Amino acid sequence: MLVSYNWLKDYVDLDLSAAELADKITKSGIEVEIVESLNKGITGVVVGHVLECVQHPNADKLRVCKVDLGEEEPVQIVCGAPNVAAGQKVPVAKVGAVLPGNFKIKKAKLRGEASNGMICSLTELGVEGKLVPKEYSSGIFVMPSDAEIGSDALAYLNLDDYVLELGLTPNRADCLNMLGVAYEVAAILNEELRLPEVQVEASGEKASDYVSVAVDAKEDNPYYGAMIIKNITIAPSPLWMQNRLIAAGIRPINNVVDITNYVLLEYGQPLHAFDYDRLGSKEILVRRAKDGEEMVTLDNAKRKLGTNHLVITNGKEPVAVAGVMGGATSEVQDDTTTVLLEAAYFEGIRVRAASKDLGLRSEASSRYEKGIDRNRVYDAAYRAASLMAQYAGGEVAQGVVEAGERLVSEGKAEVTQTRINTLLGTEIEGEQISDILKRLRFEFDVQGENYIVTVPTRRPDITIDADLVEEVGRIYGYDRIPTTYLLSEGRPGGLTPYQAARRKVMRYMEGTGLYQAVTYALTTTEKSNAFTFSEEQENVHSIKVSHPMSEERSTLRSTLIPQLLEVLKHNHHRSIDDVGIFEISSVFFAHEQSLSVLPEEKTYLSGALTGLWSIHPWQGEKKKIDFFVVKGILEGLFEELGLHSRITFEIESLPGMHPGRTAVMKLDSIVVGFIGQIHPGTQKEWDLNESYVFELDLDQLLGASVEPTVYQTLPRFPSITRDIAVVVDQNLPAGDLNTVIHEAGGELLKESSLFDLYEGERMEEGKKSLAFSLKYYDPERTLTDEEVTKAHENILRSLEERFGASLRK
Amino acid sequence: MQDRLQALKEEALLKIQQASDLKALQDIKVSYLGKKGPITEVLKGMGKLSPEERPVVGAYANEVRDAITSALELKISELEQAVIEEKLKKESIDVTLPGRPVRKGNAHPLTAVIEEIEDLFLTMGFTVAEGPEVETDYYNFEALNLPKDHPARDMQDSFFITEDILLRTQTSPVQARTMEKHHGRGPVKIISPGKVYRRDDDDATHSHQFMQIEGLVVDENVRLSDLKGVLETFAKKMFGEERKIRLRPSFFPFTEPSVEMDISCFKCGGKGCSICKHTGWIEILGAGMVHPNVLEMAGFDSKKYTGFAFGMGPERIAMLKYGIDDIRHFYTNDLRFLKQFKKA
Repeated sequence: MLVSYNWLKDYVDLDLSAAELADKITKSGIEVEIVESLNKGITGVVVGHVLECVQHPNADKLRVCKVDLGEEEPVQIVCGAPNVAAGQKVPVAKVGAVLPGNFKIKKAKLRGEASNGMICSLTELGVEGKLVPKEYSSGIFVMPSDAEIGSDALAYLNLDDYVLELGLTPNRADCLNMLGVAYEVAAILNEELRLPEVQVEASGEKASDYVSVAVDAKEDNPYYGAMIIKNITIAPSPLWMQNRLIAAGIRPINNVVDITNYVLLEYGQPLHAFDYDRLGSKEILVRRAKDGEEMVTLDNAKRKLGTNHLVITNGKEPVAVAGVMGGATSEVQDDTTTVLLEAAYFEGIRVRAASKDLGLRSEASSRYEKGIDRNRVYDAAYRAASLMAQYAGGEVAQGVVEAGERLVSEGKAEVTQTRINTLLGTEIEGEQISDILKRLRFEFDVQGENYIVTVPTRRPDITIDADLVEEVGRIYGYDRIPTTYLLSEGRPGGLTPYQAARRKVMRYMEGTGLYQAVTYALTTTEKSNAFTFSEEQENVHSIKVSHPMSEERSTLRSTLIPQLLEVLKHNHHRSIDDVGIFEISSVFFAHEQSLSVLPEEKTYLSGALTGLWSIHPWQGEKKKIDFFVVKGILEGLFEELGLHSRITFEIESLPGMHPGRTAVMKLDSIVVGFIGQIHPGTQKEWDLNESYVFELDLDQLLGASVEPTVYQTLPRFPSITRDIAVVVDQNLPAGDLNTVIHEAGGELLKESSLFDLYEGERMEEGKKSLAFSLKYYDPERTLTDEEVTKAHENILRSLEERFGASLRK
Repeated sequence: MQDRLQALKEEALLKIQQASDLKALQDIKVSYLGKKGPITEVLKGMGKLSPEERPVVGAYANEVRDAITSALELKISELEQAVIEEKLKKESIDVTLPGRPVRKGNAHPLTAVIEEIEDLFLTMGFTVAEGPEVETDYYNFEALNLPKDHPARDMQDSFFITEDILLRTQTSPVQARTMEKHHGRGPVKIISPGKVYRRDDDDATHSHQFMQIEGLVVDENVRLSDLKGVLETFAKKMFGEERKIRLRPSFFPFTEPSVEMDISCFKCGGKGCSICKHTGWIEILGAGMVHPNVLEMAGFDSKKYTGFAFGMGPERIAMLKYGIDDIRHFYTNDLRFLKQFKKA
């Protein structure tokens, strides 16, 4: 809502600047987003009188004018506007004047003729082109003939005004009109409120002789009123009205249309003026449109209507889309003499349906949608009729032809002084409360400490005690509310064990050198489940949003990896090729085609790595990321979570992954994730370098019950370390050997670690050599060589039996 | 005899003096102090001396031996020192060369901001509550006083999956769920951070996915002035002790009265600058007293219990705090962006 500061003064005395007023309004609850000065830096523009206007001797399109600026001598000004003429009062920028954009007016010579100033158009004075009345859109502005020569033109044009742009929350539709703002400002400033005085002298004729009104859709249109104004002369509206419309962002058209717009802005009541003689009948019938019914609206567009839309008809055809736009055939034109003025209450939901379907949003439709004060319908209609009588020479026929219930009753709300003070934490006196309610112009009764308030229909947002608490609080001033601390006993806060563990995982991942990424949960259907690691994941349904904004953001993901690959790609395209990232986010699984319950949500920890892992070039250190770099990171994580000994890696073929370099990870025997290299084909599709990824079900990892840490006595006896190197089939997993080593090594074997792998040419075809370092230890005593040898030989024998392993020579 | 010893001593000391390596010193040691050395030789002739002379010469011989020994030791340690110094000199490095990089990642700036806020409220006795990102219409809207026909819940603004299930548009459903779990008994004191989704076109200031942190306190006698106290503590700890806060009336369907909180600009201190759009104030969050309908729907007696709630956007806070100009950076994850928040 754009509020003219000058216009507001009609209703409330303002002893403060526009900026100060804006600050007070903002502090009391309605945010003033912008205070705009209509003077865009103009100085030196006065009212001039064009005494003489002749053709320029050397230029077809220029005229040479003598203009009286109220100074001793008239000045000569060359003007290029087609509409300049002798006898006009015009805005003139004198020599030395400044126009918007810091445009300075200097003495000039145009094609040999001296020009001492400039006759201005409204656009040159800073008015937006789309707001300039049509007749002046390609020329200078012509002012009323009574404008005083030599006086400041800005005051005539209201360019000394300020416009406050209100950012209204949905509950304050009451301030979508000047009177509503006036009520608000009067309450804030504790000032008197002057409402417009409306007097209509009706002629002898009755409006009901001209027209009948019927409503066939009472729910959509609880009230319809029509007034008749005859003997209208269509002309421009008075300059002050045009100025106010321009300030509010509405282009002046003619007196009748301007008046309906003016009253809309003033009262918030949309009005429509039909040319009575072009209605085509003496009847108004409001009904739902028929399916496929058509009409041409004011903007000359053919509109196709449906049963969801409400129309005003002449009994046969639609003449307006209710609350949205009038029809072209019954539009007020220059020869219009009789006007049918519509003042109605349409339900917002119906107006919204039409304005949405037709793509038409207007000042009227948005007000109906947000809700208008039904009890103001009459006041607005009479106000418009009186203005038409005054400024369009109209005669108002007696009465309003109407259908439906015009008035609705006012609601009640109650609040106690105690409630106000306990909710706000204040000690506001009863007298202050009464004073504030009076300033708000609410009627109320006081019963003990109970305030029973009659809520005016302009404020439908007030229904319960808390609403009144807010009203009292905001007028009292939120800056006067003290700062206190919660009375409730201090209970310790804290993270849940899960939340604490999740933070620990994040810190660990960051510590390994990975950066945390946050990516979008919505993706394409194809990518949403491009990576899976268990059968359960494959048997789920895509979760699509019903009205996606694009295919790219249409489906909820059940894997984080595609988005992480997108991140690698983004960086790769910017020549950032050494990247390690991780993300902890939700993934979603639907176990039914169409969701009847919420989908399953899990938290995944996923990562993507590409390029070099360690880079220390001047000392010749360079290590590419490979499977084992990533595996090492995860092993460290499992250790951190106390799960290391329960996790196994098993090679697995998974979609999009390198079949020989991908493994699932099992916690005990349950698959909790996977790790591996992106399939070279997938890699090419995504336009990536060699990349590795992992994905883990974090909820499962953090949900696993873990034994508490128990201190192990430090060794008191020496341990014995023996190495063992065996030759086995090349495709035998080292992990299997390790398992058997531990089984066979018995109690004494405490650690085994692989320290060599050889698959080179000195090896028999299809064979490889693996060397383990084995550590034997007994906490109770020093081991003898014989014991260790026995255990060691047992291991070797088992490896022979199980895998055909032979000792490497 | 003494003269002979005297001469040997001087001769040995000179040789020691002139020796240039440890080998030469070793030779000197053997030749003078060895069993076949000249001093031993001299002492063998002691038998010819008178009993009076013997101890005198003996003592002198020991003196000479000690003098040579200590001279030798001194020289050895000098030479050893020189060798060490030579070695150290050779081992000298250019300390300005770059060190071996330790790989260290860091948290996403939004995580950093969220954790900072979480920690702040944890110290004030709050717990962190979380809930599903896909929600029912009931928890996302209805339980928050946004019935089906409410204008503030345009279908256009939300990602619906079915008529009744949608991506949550706010973290407030966690509040509704938490209150419900309390079965009408206070106190409730939570903050709930998380991802939310709205049907907005992505641009520099809009994102269809973003973060929210909301707080909720429900108890007997919770007042707007208490909200002011909590928010003031938050503002000072988050943005600096000298921050002032201002509450302005506002509107949210789930609170009444509702407020917006501004803080005095941390850039200019309130004088007016481009950060605060020359107003001296920066809008940080929305808050209010929990609407009685919301309390009642969650099973609380709104006559007995009151509460406050507040909500803020970590993106906005991070953008203000670090001067980030485009919200999309948070979700693009350009490494050059992520790396800037090491100390965040």
